Amino acid sequence: MLEIKDLHASIEDKAILKGLNLNVKAGEVHAIMGPNGAGKSTLASVVAGKEEYEVTSGKILLDGNDIEELSAEERAHQGVFLSFQYPVEIPGVSVTNFMKTAINETRKARGQEEMPARDMLKKIKEKSELLEIDSKFLSRSLNEGFSGGEKKRNEIFQMAMLEPKVAILDETDSGLDIDALRIVANGVNKLKSKDNAVIVITHYQRLLDYIVPDFVHVLHNGKIVKSGDKNLALELEEKGYDWIKEELKA
Amino acid sequence: MELKEKLVSSFLAFESTVDTTNSTHDIRSEAIKFFEIYGFPTKKNEAWKYTSLNNILKQDFILFPKNEVALEYKDVKKYFINDLDSYKIVFIDGVYSSHLSSTTHDKIDVCLMSSALTQNRFKQVIDVYYNTIVKEDGMTALNTAYAKEGAYIYIPKNTIADKPIEVVHFSTGSNGTLLCQPRNLIVVEDRSQVTIVERHQNLSTEKAFTNSVTEIYAGKNANIDYYKIQNDTKLSSLVDNTFVEQHDTSVASVHTFAFGGEITRNNLNFYQKGQGIDSILNGVTILEGKTHVDHNTLVEHQEPNCESHQDYKGIFDDKATGVFNGKIIVDQIAQKTNAFQSNNNILLSDKATVNSKPQLEIFADDVKCSHGCTIGQLDESALFYMRSRGIATKEAKALLMYAFANNVLESVKIPQLKKRINNLIAEKLGVSIGFDL
Repeated sequence: MLEIKDLHASIEDKAILKGLNLNVKAGEVHAIMGPNGAGKSTLASVVAGKEEYEVTSGKILLDGNDIEELSAEERAHQGVFLSFQYPVEIPGVSVTNFMKTAINETRKARGQEEMPARDMLKKIKEKSELLEIDSKFLSRSLNEGFSGGEKKRNEIFQMAMLEPKVAILDETDSGLDIDALRIVANGVNKLKSKDNAVIVITHYQRLLDYIVPDFVHVLHNGKIVKSGDKNLALELEEKGYDWIKEELKA
Repeated sequence: MELKEKLVSSFLAFESTVDTTNSTHDIRSEAIKFFEIYGFPTKKNEAWKYTSLNNILKQDFILFPKNEVALEYKDVKKYFINDLDSYKIVFIDGVYSSHLSSTTHDKIDVCLMSSALTQNRFKQVIDVYYNTIVKEDGMTALNTAYAKEGAYIYIPKNTIADKPIEVVHFSTGSNGTLLCQPRNLIVVEDRSQVTIVERHQNLSTEKAFTNSVTEIYAGKNANIDYYKIQNDTKLSSLVDNTFVEQHDTSVASVHTFAFGGEITRNNLNFYQKGQGIDSILNGVTILEGKTHVDHNTLVEHQEPNCESHQDYKGIFDDKATGVFNGKIIVDQIAQKTNAFQSNNNILLSDKATVNSKPQLEIFADDVKCSHGCTIGQLDESALFYMRSRGIATKEAKALLMYAFANNVLESVKIPQLKKRINNLIAEKLGVSIGFDL
């Protein structure tokens, strides 16, 4: 579904990704872990289409099609979703209006009619219940004054609304207490299907207790240096990253 | 002949057309003398540092329209607010159009200044209020000298105007390049209430220049909601001089939507002459091309325990220029004043300019005054966030601009007007947003 081949990317001439390979198939959950500065968030931004990053070589394929030339909004229309590590506050635009605009813009781009208001409301209700979001919350300005947990829950609510093919969750667990973590993870699990894929970027094993990955990858210095199953995450939790760095030196 | 000389020398001819035995005759004569001495403002005047009228004043203006022009309602319908049941005072090239207007004398007076200035039954109100709130400078003196027509609105004690009032000025070009000087008086007595929408619209490709003076009196506990829609053509310029005098516990709001016109200068002045007063000054400015808007505000806190709230938002593209000059004076006696002022601007092009200048003169020691101004660009991280959800750049920008102006739009209390303003903004931004903010 998402195939990343020998990806090199830089920002302001500083190389961050240095030959990254990743193959994510439909129905799979991949976790990407790694020390600070390894390039995890850069990977998320590059896949989502942030222009500040320059792809110097390599390919990003979605269902076999190169998406490198597509703008961020076009990638979203194709089914790429990024749950932001730091969701941006947009005063003056309510959660509901933002979602309506995003869904209808996407439908427009796909040559579909706008979603009828009744269906939209029904969907909003259904998905907000999934994330245990209060209806009052939906009329508030997007992310403005939201707690860390509310912001992340709202990100997954947006994912639920947009139903992407590939969702990248960039440190969705940071700033979450244990209850919020459970709600968010539960939401992600319910959205998982054989037709979509999830990439979880995290520092901690904690989230992976709830969202169980099929594969765990260690990103270090712009490359994936080790891959394994969920047990690799447990090992990292116990031993940290130094042993991998040592292994690489050897 | 220079415009100033022409105006001074035409005064006698003008006087012969109005009743010189009337009490306003002396006021006019004094005003023209004042104008003769001070003339038009120049850049040497600190308050006019960023706005020059020079280019406008070079025009050879027609002062007195010769042709009476008729307009059909269906042709100008779009300049009124859709589906709004309102009183209407409409002028075409400065001349009252009874055909397009809908006035009343039932409990309240919604009619013409020319009637109010000449008919005996209005004399009492005119004697008390007319030309008492305005502060004299070159522009207002010129208006006073030639004051003849405009809107006259009188809401007596304990009365709520049953409908909003639309005051619309059309210019048609049939009378050449016209200088219009409407003069409006709005008196809202104790415990009374009114909503007014004012608009100037040039329908032609001729230049037009309007020098308007509006005096507004808010009695005790009065409530006034005033909207100015400035969305005129690139050939039209406006100097709007509005003066608001407020008494105990009155609330007066003036919302200015500046979306067009070659040069627009808003002199908006509030004088608080009682306690417990709230003065609200809101503005949204969205400009492109080579247009210019200057908001020059003054709030004078002359008594204790009052509030003022100023919130001006501006979005400037191309070579548009904007000025915000907001002055707050807190007299020594005016303790416990709360005065807030904020001016935020977004520049969409590197050729657009904004000059923002807060001026606070505080002579009392127990007050809360704040002011803030920002000039910046659209938030790139917010744009990316929206785009990553599938909202295209153009729409995302528009949504951010809506959001930026939203708290001012929220203050619009007439739903139809709010919708109209939303549509105007969407039109300007070239997008259709699927909901009303």
